[in-house]
Amino acid sequence: MAEAGKLRFHVPEPEVRPGGTPDFSNVPIPKAGSVPKPPIDVDPREIRDLAFSIIRVLDRAGEAVGPWAGMLSDEELLEGLRHMMTLRAFDARMQMAQRQGKTSFYMQHLGEEAVSCAFRRALDKGDMNFPTYRQAGLLIADDYPMVTMMNQIYSNEADPLKGRQLPIMYSSKEHGFFSISGNLATQYIQAVGWAMASAISGDTRIAAAWIGDGSTAESDFHSALVFASTYKAPVILNIVNNQWAISTFQGIARGGAGTFAARGLGFGIPALRVDGNDYLAVHAVAKWAAERARANLGPTLIEYVTYRAGAHSTSDDPSAYRPKAESEAWPLGDPVVRLKNHLIHRGVWSDERHAQAETEILETVITAQKEAESHGTLHAGGKPSIRDMFEGLYAEMPPHLKRQRQQAGI
Amino acid sequence: MARKTMIEAIRDAMDVAMGLDERVVVFGEDVGFFGGVFRCTQGLQAKYGKSRCFDAPINESGIVGAAIGMAAYGLKPCVEIQFADYMYPAYDQLTQEAARLRYRSNGDFTCPIVVRMPTGGGIFGGQTHSQSPEALFTHVSGLKTVVPSNPSDAKGLLIAAIEDPDPVIFLEPKRLYNGPFDGHHDKPITPWSKHDLGEVADGHYTVPLGKAVIRRPGNAVTVLAYGTMVYVAQAAAEETGIDAEVIDLRTLLPLDLDTIVESVKKTGRCVVVHEATLTSGFGAELMSLVQENCFYHLEAPVMRVAGWDTPYPHAQEWDYFPGPARVGRALIATMEA
Repeated sequence: MAEAGKLRFHVPEPEVRPGGTPDFSNVPIPKAGSVPKPPIDVDPREIRDLAFSIIRVLDRAGEAVGPWAGMLSDEELLEGLRHMMTLRAFDARMQMAQRQGKTSFYMQHLGEEAVSCAFRRALDKGDMNFPTYRQAGLLIADDYPMVTMMNQIYSNEADPLKGRQLPIMYSSKEHGFFSISGNLATQYIQAVGWAMASAISGDTRIAAAWIGDGSTAESDFHSALVFASTYKAPVILNIVNNQWAISTFQGIARGGAGTFAARGLGFGIPALRVDGNDYLAVHAVAKWAAERARANLGPTLIEYVTYRAGAHSTSDDPSAYRPKAESEAWPLGDPVVRLKNHLIHRGVWSDERHAQAETEILETVITAQKEAESHGTLHAGGKPSIRDMFEGLYAEMPPHLKRQRQQAGI
Repeated sequence: MARKTMIEAIRDAMDVAMGLDERVVVFGEDVGFFGGVFRCTQGLQAKYGKSRCFDAPINESGIVGAAIGMAAYGLKPCVEIQFADYMYPAYDQLTQEAARLRYRSNGDFTCPIVVRMPTGGGIFGGQTHSQSPEALFTHVSGLKTVVPSNPSDAKGLLIAAIEDPDPVIFLEPKRLYNGPFDGHHDKPITPWSKHDLGEVADGHYTVPLGKAVIRRPGNAVTVLAYGTMVYVAQAAAEETGIDAEVIDLRTLLPLDLDTIVESVKKTGRCVVVHEATLTSGFGAELMSLVQENCFYHLEAPVMRVAGWDTPYPHAQEWDYFPGPARVGRALIATMEA
């Protein structure tokens, strides 16, 4: 028995800090194809170990292997590659636009492109995502116009949100993309409510909730799991574990034991853990969860294991809290490179065609950017009107707001 | 037309709304099978089924968050927080989400929800069964805040709230659930069956949000009140013999400023009464508006009678609750000012 003494306070620390050598040797990465694929009506108790493993399809040689492989055609995969490359190019241009002062703020998806791009292709039209600020791939992969995204980022005269929202807080009911809010985790329980409503209405549509590793610590994460579990809501509960919540490593939200996926087990929710940088695995797992939800079998929790390769936002400098080369050491690699290699392995792609596609995509993004900038940027050109500041708060403007609008000179 | 308690009137409102519109769903802690700890939802589950009226986990943020998601889908949830004192875990969802969804999405998504919560003291409820948090809602752009004072209004306002396209906080003074209460805790209470305002019309009707009503016409001083304080103010007027005009605001936001200004311009004096704590309470807003709009008609400083700036105590209930004696002293003071 340990000797009782003074208590010691425990604060988890990442293994490596700036100046150190990145080391992921203690992150166990199962072999691609090694995790079984259960039937969608499996008893959640029988697949508890899936919450502690990682479902992977693409192996080191770029081959798709195992029971989760074989769900997508060449055309679908080529389209997926294009979506991811488009998101990356979009990110790079908008990052630069922020540095040029054309907008106040931006957040990249670098390294996480597979998660939202592949997931979107597993949903149907009419399903509703409740995204965080790092799932713009849901819009790109649903062919939402890039110009409209940029108009929102620039808060210009064509901004669909009339300049009221911080850049990247998009909203599109038509594209199954719920209005993004700045406060974390609130959308997680709202997604469950939307799914409950679909079930109450005898509909066939399902919802998808999104959250990052850090925000799982918020109380609304717990609320969502309780409600999803209680009412067997047709919802997919996604956790994007990119290892970092701004400067805090995932151990601050999770502690030293278990996985984020394992949090679902206590609620009786089947939980899967998947290689978030493997387009095929993300899609396969999302499809499995969507079919479960549509078959009225209830919620599924999915943890996407990935790495936030870029800064948290344009206001962040990761070199202050993690080694610069850490993303290069990340054992699950780069989602774009891995899908590219797979397509080359399949014989439907080549380095030349990839380079050509990169050029074409960049041109498309630049064309969209030029069009968006013709409508103005944050500090130059066309703007939303001051009238737009007062309108749209209530369905009908109440008297006190009319008075204030008048005082503002409008 | 029948005499009903406020509880029955509120239940009737949900019954009518659920009967007319299948998008209306009702849920909260204990509201399903059991019919609510105050019986406000009794019989609704049996009548409309478990998918229209159901019990929720004890999680206020979850209740409101789920309601917001349902509203985004296209339903019209009318949810219950068991006591207004327990709304704080849901405050994030109410203020940052429900209130702003229409605005931030430019109408792409809307949030037609009603959040019912029993409010107010005078029942020996102590610190967490007596609070009046209305100022925490009126300060939030995008919410509407309603406080009925009688069965007839409660039904009409609740139906209007459910039909409203925006989020409405519906505060039900639980002290008024079974009968009007003027602060005379030592006298037997009169049930709603003995009161004219207990007369509740059958079927569908609405009382429009944003419209105040004059409960006691008078010429000497305007009293601005809502909820339980409407009866306290009326009692204070009778007992002091001061010809006070008592306005029942009914909706705090949007506020019926026209009725207030017209009355104060007529009387030249104004007393604001609420149960909630004084500092930064809704009374401060009312005073500011009266001062801004009626300055040249005022013959005395606007006065406030409110709960003390302390948590709501248990043993000292009647020293805390702003009863007719305290309100009466304010009426006399403003007449003598």
